[in-house]
Amino acid sequence: MTSDTANVTGIGLPEPATPSIAVRPRSRASRVRAIVSQTLLSLVALLFLAPIIWMVFSALKPSAEVFTVPPKPIGSSIKFSNFAEAWNYLPFGRFILNTIFVASVGTLITLVASALSAYAFARLNFRYRGGLFVLYLSTLIVPQEVIVIPMFLVMKQLGWVNSYKALILPWAFTAFGTFLLRQFFITVPKELEEAAKLDGCGHLRILRSIFVPVAAPAFAVLAVFTFIGYWNSFLWPLITVSDTSRMTVPLGLQLFLGQQGQRWELLMAASTIAMVPTVALVLALQKYLVKGIALSGLGGR
Amino acid sequence: MAILPVDVTDVALAEGPGPRGRRGDGRAAIGFLAPSMLGLLAFTAFPIVASLILGFYDWPVIGDHVFSGVKNYQSLLASDEFKTAIINTIVFVVLYVPLNIVISLGLAVWISPRIRPRGLYRTIFFIPVVTPVVANAAIFSLILSPNGLVDSLMQTWFGVQAPNFLGSKTWAMPAVVLLSIWQGFGYNMLVFSAALDAVPTSLTEAATIDGASPAARFFRIVLPLITPSIFFAVVLTLISSFQVFTQAYVLTGGGPGNATTTMVLYLYEQGFQFFNLGRASAIAWVLFIIILIITVFQFIGQRKWVHYDQ
Repeated sequence: MTSDTANVTGIGLPEPATPSIAVRPRSRASRVRAIVSQTLLSLVALLFLAPIIWMVFSALKPSAEVFTVPPKPIGSSIKFSNFAEAWNYLPFGRFILNTIFVASVGTLITLVASALSAYAFARLNFRYRGGLFVLYLSTLIVPQEVIVIPMFLVMKQLGWVNSYKALILPWAFTAFGTFLLRQFFITVPKELEEAAKLDGCGHLRILRSIFVPVAAPAFAVLAVFTFIGYWNSFLWPLITVSDTSRMTVPLGLQLFLGQQGQRWELLMAASTIAMVPTVALVLALQKYLVKGIALSGLGGR
Repeated sequence: MAILPVDVTDVALAEGPGPRGRRGDGRAAIGFLAPSMLGLLAFTAFPIVASLILGFYDWPVIGDHVFSGVKNYQSLLASDEFKTAIINTIVFVVLYVPLNIVISLGLAVWISPRIRPRGLYRTIFFIPVVTPVVANAAIFSLILSPNGLVDSLMQTWFGVQAPNFLGSKTWAMPAVVLLSIWQGFGYNMLVFSAALDAVPTSLTEAATIDGASPAARFFRIVLPLITPSIFFAVVLTLISSFQVFTQAYVLTGGGPGNATTTMVLYLYEQGFQFFNLGRASAIAWVLFIIILIITVFQFIGQRKWVHYDQ
């Protein structure tokens, strides 16, 4: 669609036959500029990462050397034991297992529920489909804060306070996933399923064997963002969980902040541990980051 | 909108049986929609209504609740604390949103195809988006404390002490904004990167041949083409910035005094420290209405500056 506009602009060109020469005048000046640009960018990136680097340095220092003037990245000894101490100071392993469990189950439910409803909105004919879809979408503008208070009362009523259910279920049915997958599903060519329908496949079968594989990138994007959302969620766990055995990583860190007194090196060790899983996830998927955002229509089209 | 990397049309029947006779799929639809619909009813629709009702009650966590009409709203609007919370939130939004958009767009442009490896640079700026906010805030409170990294560097290089950022009424809010920018702009940067990647190079190349300067190319060709993404980013960033909570809660606790008490932080205090759920619900609705109004205005205003391709 955009190539049409390109042709329109091309009409006015005097010499359309020599674009290859004119377009890339890879002069020495431009090469120098590229090197300067990349060097500066690298410095900015380093400055940007400084807080995280400082966190790791601080996590390895002896307690008395966290605050020094002038600042020293490395203390008189490198204390890997800080990590062990931080791990045991609070049941940190438990926090991590809790969060992995909550985030995984939550992501799974989100994917299944979103796929089913997205398929309905993309492919099934039923009355009020348009209206219902708009209704789904309208829930997206409601801020979490509006929901959180009555939800807390409901959890109390159901006896779900301090439970995994309370951490998982309220956020597993968002219209966001439905919307994202539906946008993807409507681009799947209809011919694909017509063939499957002739073979006698039902809707579930079509969803599973045609839409899911074709829309794998969209599922991946939704899965990653949902997982990270659960992993980092703070306000709701803060409200609904007070029992350490059900705490998630952010809550555990918060507890640490309150309890550790002056043990900053332990807090930094704990923060480092808390960052590892999601950072690893992003590093592993870095190839798909931009593509995923473009594919899923999160770019605003 | 992106085109799917699948070209499977030839696989299907050349002359497929047209969708003749639109049979309704009502029954199947009920089955497919049931999970998400029940979930949304229970965990979104019901709480919205309940929250609206709660706002008109005096509703402590323990004890009887009493209908109180618009008392919660009246007392909120008369409350200096709430006014401060609104002003703090607006200050945050006004500082945070433009900075976020400019920095994220600037870096997205800077990480041009000439930079290698592009993915690595993009990933670096994206990292704090996915690390827990509590951890991010913990680092910043270490760095911004007296004798922390910033103060220590200032003493070493300039021989002066840095202000006590987190304990100063002047500096606490900028500190919250700084943390929020640092951890927040990476997301918009990726949105803009995706949009920039989608701008056809033929367009910019044609302009280069026409003798357009890099600045002209950017402002006259590239920028108009990515206005839909900018609009999207501004809308979402504004909405989320009105809901700022964790950064202030962890970094400053809303202090010193109530210098960084944002609306949601105030809501949390009222609801879950003073256990006044009716009042907290009323705050949530005031917030909701503010967000709604601003979003509606943005959608009205977009006609003036957002270019969608015909």
